[in-house]
Amino acid sequence: MGCDAGAVAAAIREAAAVITEHRDELVRLDQAIGDGDHGENLKRGFGFVVARLDESTPDTPAAVLKLVATTLISKVGGAAGPLYGTAFLRAATALGDGPELTPELISTALRAAVDGVVARGKAEVGDKTMVDALVPAAKAQGSTVGEVLRAAADAAEAGAESTVPLVARKGRASYLGERSAGHLDPGARSSALLLRSFADST
Amino acid sequence: MSRVGLVIVSHSQRLAEGVAEVAAQMAPDVTIATAGGLDGELGTDFEAVSLALEAAQSGAGVVVLYDLGSAKMVADLAVEMLGDPDSAAVVDAPLVEGAVAAAAAAQGGADLDAVLSAAAGAMGDLIPDESDSTEGVEILLTNDVGLHARPAGLLARALAGVEAEVTVTFGGRAADARSVLSLMGLGAAGGDRVRVAATGPEADEAMRRVADLAERGFEESSPG
Ligand SMILES: Nc1ncnc2c1ncn2[C@@H]1O[C@H](COP(=O)(O)OP(=O)(O)O)[C@@H](O)[C@H]1O
Ligand SMILES: [Mg+2]
Repeated sequence: MGCDAGAVAAAIREAAAVITEHRDELVRLDQAIGDGDHGENLKRGFGFVVARLDESTPDTPAAVLKLVATTLISKVGGAAGPLYGTAFLRAATALGDGPELTPELISTALRAAVDGVVARGKAEVGDKTMVDALVPAAKAQGSTVGEVLRAAADAAEAGAESTVPLVARKGRASYLGERSAGHLDPGARSSALLLRSFADST
Repeated sequence: MSRVGLVIVSHSQRLAEGVAEVAAQMAPDVTIATAGGLDGELGTDFEAVSLALEAAQSGAGVVVLYDLGSAKMVADLAVEMLGDPDSAAVVDAPLVEGAVAAAAAAQGGADLDAVLSAAAGAMGDLIPDESDSTEGVEILLTNDVGLHARPAGLLARALAGVEAEVTVTFGGRAADARSVLSLMGLGAAGGDRVRVAATGPEADEAMRRVADLAERGFEESSPG
């Protein structure tokens, strides 16, 4: 199966649908240890992404990801905007101008994206953020694009689950101190959802 | 003269404007641009930050202050996108104190680095004064409010560009005379006597400027 700009755009649309479907869940998770806007922020941001993809599909996979990045950066008002924006921007840069994705390119782009999130937010594994889902996902390898993304999604889901007992040390939830323990981190959950939807699109 | 500008990034428009209002009191000639809220709701707006960076830029650079972590990330991104690391910088500082300190420094003609350190040092920690307090000169505060915000700002401003370490001592505590907040933290009121000491190559000039300002009652036009 080809993995060109059209396929990447389709995967992004699918991700937007998944986020919309899980909006309330993400809102509830963020209400527990944050301000409750994560689901709405992402739903809104991806809504604008889809609207822009409806206008025109960019020529390369990298250009699609760049469109996602700039839209999330300008439309998502919470931490997730600059964090996911940076992730998609770095991934786009890592992909270069090629017309098709390869397993190696996907692995490289994943690593670049996660490095970008870490650079932007300065969180480490164990701080109870999306980084707990993303860092393990960035190690994913495979012989097909689908394999890489499935491995990334599996790792992200496990990483997200690992945030439950943690006390938050970064982001809004860190203001809660010990009270943040016992809850799944909303950003880690949305990261796992996004990666799973990408894997399911291949 | 072109001065360093300020950008206040906040989740709330009212908070951003309030901080700008407080800081502007110290700095009539400094451009303080705000980026608060997103589409009228709580949030941070990348495009608004980019526009504010433009508005506050006069060539001398822009210092960006923020309220919460996610606002910092948006601010960092917007500054990165400018593509010129000398044109603007985000500073980790307490928002209100940092903005006041940065505004006062910018008003005094400080360059980008100096305004950044003024903001970063704005916690205004006071050093317990362990000297026997005979160094320097005693100055009587003849103005009504003593070393309150405006006079403290004037003092810090008067010392801009002077190569000297100047400390003001009062009530057993010492403050860096360039730190508006430290000065204010001394709590020296009208009628109090503070001790001013300076060291460094231009210590005499520094002392002259302080004495001059004190003599003029910190330019307090009318009592009250
Ligand atoms: N410094 C950070 N580094 C990495 N991830 C972070 C950081 N700060 C917050 N996050 C992630 O963002 C999520 C919250 O996103 P969102 O609700 O959109 O932002 P906000 O906290 O500004 O309301 C958190 O659950 C966490 O995973
Ligand atoms: Mg939130």
